[in-house]
Amino acid sequence: MNNFILYTLTIFLLLFSYYKNKKKTKMALVKAWKSFENILPEFLGVIMLVGVLLAILNPRVISSFIGNNSGWVGVVIAAIVGSITLIPGFVAFPTAAMILQNGAGIMQIAAFVSSLMMVGVVTLPIEIKYFNKKMAILRNVFGFIFTFIVALIIGKVLNQI
Amino acid sequence: MKQIIQRYRFFIGTTIIVGVITLINHDIGLKSFANAGNSIKEMILILPAVFILLGLLDVWVPREIMIKYMGEGSGIKGIVLSFLLGSAAAGPLYGAFPVAAVFMKKGVKFINVLIFIGAWSTTKIPMLLFEISALGSDFALTRLLINVPGIIIIAYIISLLTIQEEVGEIYKKAENL
Repeated sequence: MNNFILYTLTIFLLLFSYYKNKKKTKMALVKAWKSFENILPEFLGVIMLVGVLLAILNPRVISSFIGNNSGWVGVVIAAIVGSITLIPGFVAFPTAAMILQNGAGIMQIAAFVSSLMMVGVVTLPIEIKYFNKKMAILRNVFGFIFTFIVALIIGKVLNQI
Repeated sequence: MKQIIQRYRFFIGTTIIVGVITLINHDIGLKSFANAGNSIKEMILILPAVFILLGLLDVWVPREIMIKYMGEGSGIKGIVLSFLLGSAAAGPLYGAFPVAAVFMKKGVKFINVLIFIGAWSTTKIPMLLFEISALGSDFALTRLLINVPGIIIIAYIISLLTIQEEVGEIYKKAENL
């Protein structure tokens, strides 16, 4: 559905651009291809890494680490597991729900979901290429620390409801 | 040829590692390749559109307009716009980086670039619906309420810790990407 909107928009704009100015449109396509080709090696490498990680870390394995009684140790493990892996949201949330049903606590789930989205260790090579080492590491470290704040607040709020 | 191997050494390396894993443990190895295949499928589905949109943005939208709305002096307007653009996005976080590069090329303020990436990573609107249906609205909305200030605070801290010259270098690099 998302992709459908994305492509409808892209094709519409592309045709409009072509109608307005052929030369500029060609330039846009050349630029698009160049920047894609430029980052492709990093993308492919990261995709292989993510493939292995997802093969090893399935919901059953993860929930065995972060059960309801695992406390802060469980939160730390959840944050670390979430930081390494990179899963698209539409897989991540059902996975998180499954882990929750398998007995993980709400704080651990909050840490897992939050770090999953904000912190990406495997995508660091891409981030470094676009920014630099320092900034990429800073962003991920702060995202990691922030994960614990999120876990704490969600734990407090949801356990009171 | 040598240049291609040099550029793709990370990919070649990881592929060899997964190959070795497959020899040791068939199950995990084959699953890894299947996962990678799925990701590549996802990549092929989303990235061409993202990059074409970026190319069009680069060619058609003048620098002055981007600066006016999201550059130095854009204030709250720039912050809100960065948030909305990041939240409206589709696709995994690595899709945000090329967009950020074009933003920098067009003179978008560093803090706003950071806020955009933060928003793309966690407050995507389509994902919020997934989150509500999987984990409940209390969970999803609480997280959203913490994330909005969190993303802005993190962006400010990072930009405070980054000196002007470094920002300049990152922006210069973006010109060539």
